[in-house]
Amino acid sequence: MIYLQLFWTFLKIGLFNFGGGYAMISFIQNEVVYKHAWLTTAQFTDIVAVSQVTPGPVGINMATYAGFSAAGDAWGALIATTAVCLPSFILMILISKYFLKYQHTHCVESTFAGLRPAVVGLIAAAALVLCNAENFVDYKSVLLFAGAFLAVWKLKAGPVWVLAVSAGMGYLCY
Amino acid sequence: MLPFMEREIVDKHAWINRAEFLDLVAVSQAAPGIFAVNMAIFTGYKLKGFWGSFWATLGATLPSFLIILAIAVFFQNYQDNPTVIRIFKGVRPAVVALIAVPVLRLAKAAKISYKTVWIPVLCALLVWAGHVSPVYIVLMAGLGGWLYSRRKEAR
Repeated sequence: MIYLQLFWTFLKIGLFNFGGGYAMISFIQNEVVYKHAWLTTAQFTDIVAVSQVTPGPVGINMATYAGFSAAGDAWGALIATTAVCLPSFILMILISKYFLKYQHTHCVESTFAGLRPAVVGLIAAAALVLCNAENFVDYKSVLLFAGAFLAVWKLKAGPVWVLAVSAGMGYLCY
Repeated sequence: MLPFMEREIVDKHAWINRAEFLDLVAVSQAAPGIFAVNMAIFTGYKLKGFWGSFWATLGATLPSFLIILAIAVFFQNYQDNPTVIRIFKGVRPAVVALIAVPVLRLAKAAKISYKTVWIPVLCALLVWAGHVSPVYIVLMAGLGGWLYSRRKEAR
């Protein structure tokens, strides 16, 4: 039952995803590509690309698109998006209801001190997993990667520009 | 996203004041899930309780949901189109670069030193080569941070 699996998968992602949109890539990849094999790495990379250039929260974009592709219809998209928001919804209401100023307590601060370096590792894992033969088909892929990396790192280029230029390069080079 | 939210919520509608807004940003970043959605849930709840939260969340997610759905349906029909295939061949390596750069930036922001560099390296290896679920990484890292500070206090 793919809808139930989708719901449970994205509920977990919504509950455990600390560290923003980039860290979420490794959560979705682990579940959707590795564990359930609903998508190939190349398909998943395309979803990340579209989610980066579409306006709105990247996490919502990725959940909607991955849910759609995994189930093959709009119900999958709806279930994945609802499930990824549900834990936040319950948690944030509990936090505001009981006025837990929990971000200043010592216990929470030390937990986050441990999480921060791990989140760096999760994002690194997301990049490493996507470095495979599906995404790097030849030497031109490596050159495109190097160019994009320098543009983002040195010139602080935004995702829309980088992906638009690389799309044009792909059209011209292949 | 953040300046846009501040302008709408604090300046234009004056739903909450600037100090509350900063608290709200801190809580939304600390809580799990998607930052913009957390902000919407919190603001909505503060103004109108459960249903305020509900409608604010719907507002924060619905435009993305519909746009992505339209794009997904469009690409489903064109995924075998030679032009689309060429474009995505170029885009894929750039996506990897987009994810790789924040690793370096966040490593700096998290003050990773030669003493703590083993933590992100180990986490990345476990997920990449060991296929360990990031859920366990988050649980272990949070627990580790908590235990470490308790041990330091005990001394």
